[in-house]
Amino acid sequence: MRYDLQIIASWIEPGSRVLDLGCGEGELLGYLKKEKQVKGTGIESTEAKIDKCIEKGVQVLQGDITEEVHDYPDNSFDYVILSQTLQQVLEPDQLIKDLLRVGNKIIVSFPNFSYWSIRLQILFFGYAPKNRQLPYEWHNTPNIRIITIKDFRRFVRATGCEVIKEVDINTHSDDLQGKIIKFLPNLRATYGIFLVSRRATAANQATIR
Amino acid sequence: MSEYFEHDNDGISIGLIEKKFHTMAEPPDELILASGARLGPITVAYETMGTLNADKSNVILIAHALSGDSHVAGYYSIADPKPGWWDIMVGPGKGIDTNKYYVICSNVLGGCMGTTGPSSTNPATGRPYGLDFPMVTIGDMVKVQKALLDYLGINKLLAVVGGSIGGMQVIEWTINYPEMVTAAIMLATTTRHSALAIAFNEIGRQAIMSDPHFNKGDYYSGPKPDLGLALARMVGHVTYLSDEAMRSKFGRRLQDRDNLAFDFEANFQVESYLRYQGSKFVQRFDANSFLYITKAADYFDVGCQHGNNSEVDAFAGVTAKILAISFTSDWLYPTYQSRDMVKAMKKNGLDVSFCEIEAKCGHDAFLLPNERQSTLISRFLKRVSEEEHHAL
Repeated sequence: MRYDLQIIASWIEPGSRVLDLGCGEGELLGYLKKEKQVKGTGIESTEAKIDKCIEKGVQVLQGDITEEVHDYPDNSFDYVILSQTLQQVLEPDQLIKDLLRVGNKIIVSFPNFSYWSIRLQILFFGYAPKNRQLPYEWHNTPNIRIITIKDFRRFVRATGCEVIKEVDINTHSDDLQGKIIKFLPNLRATYGIFLVSRRATAANQATIR
Repeated sequence: MSEYFEHDNDGISIGLIEKKFHTMAEPPDELILASGARLGPITVAYETMGTLNADKSNVILIAHALSGDSHVAGYYSIADPKPGWWDIMVGPGKGIDTNKYYVICSNVLGGCMGTTGPSSTNPATGRPYGLDFPMVTIGDMVKVQKALLDYLGINKLLAVVGGSIGGMQVIEWTINYPEMVTAAIMLATTTRHSALAIAFNEIGRQAIMSDPHFNKGDYYSGPKPDLGLALARMVGHVTYLSDEAMRSKFGRRLQDRDNLAFDFEANFQVESYLRYQGSKFVQRFDANSFLYITKAADYFDVGCQHGNNSEVDAFAGVTAKILAISFTSDWLYPTYQSRDMVKAMKKNGLDVSFCEIEAKCGHDAFLLPNERQSTLISRFLKRVSEEEHHAL
């Protein structure tokens, strides 16, 4: 399993209810179902991946993540997972709010655009960055949101939520291995992974809604 | 649904199948229908395939659509030129694998393929019911299927599977008998007909009822309303296809000629095709059954009938694991209708999976060979059957 998914899986309490947005072929949910007896639901837009999820025993809905989350009642899930997708979302702030409505906690992972080699590419070559994590040209990239680890921390604070856990890692987009970066993560990590929850005050609850 | 009777490309089939009959609801214990009318006795035609396992945990009930019957797969005899209507899906090693599952399919109440319907003899008069046959609902059809299973000693269904009007019966099963249904597969179906679907059905019914031979439904001793029924079938066929399917299948190609004939004969291939489908249909289908079954489908409204006008409430007691599939080019029961249904299920926290399959052949796609559909169904069945064994 992808390295960032391994870390995410380690955060999930056994027996919990999990919604995985952009669940792909159901790798994470299949693992969580087997190893942690979670009740998982996946949402995936690609038709060809749906039967792969079902093969792993995962219940899955084909659809657009921003649309599909609306149908769930408040607190339907213990965890909502958004892995390597936030950077492709048109309205991230609205989506995060929606996710915190249907889930008690959300887990978000994204590629860190302030990784040192990306900075150097822009500084020395003057081109939009392209590397193994972000293998696209400016005109065909699905990654329309430029997020850094520091940006996300600030965003979480501004939306009245709190970061319960943060692990920053150095890995490639589909690698099975990687390492945790503790020193200067905004410069040295290729991905940030965050466990976020609503801050438990009434005033902040109101802000989120 | 159209007739395809596709032979499996690999030539694999369940083989010879026998149609069986069971008679129930003998007076004075007639079946009480949704309308309040009493009906009995009722004979049900049904067919079974595969082997029932020791703990009776491998039963799959298949519900057919408008023009289907109990003959879901296999052949009646060696000389039989065509297999059952879903032979591509049901058989050894197929999407619904008869090596693993025990499959039951029965003809619907109101039908004309062996189960009691308007063409059956009315015991009160000794003549065919005709329009004296009571109106039946999708729920009534399911009630008869339940009674058949009681007779067969089956009290648990691993899955109920059906497309189109068959899918409506599947929905009804999950709501009316939640304790019996482990899983449900709903293909190209809807929780209620749109105005468009009702409109096409009404055109079909009007075509039948305005046929000079219709005689208020009492035509069994004379000429039948074949022209009306054929016309109804032609309209139906258009709704089962799609613009794209018709373009690639027929385009503007001419039938057996190089130039326009400047007459009202079937110049175009599509005209010839529809006339052929119409004339073939009247040989095997009863016009009154067409009226009754289409009306039952038009009346079907899950939210209204089970949830005080709320589909969310209607699905509140459902426990079955659900797989819903729609097809991109289905304009009779478009994807948005499946999505609305899935939405109501999600609000109830049901275990539901949904896939919209890219297909160009319209509503009929669920009847045609489709690798994706077969894979989804077989994997879903495998999943629920494993989970069921795990739970025991």
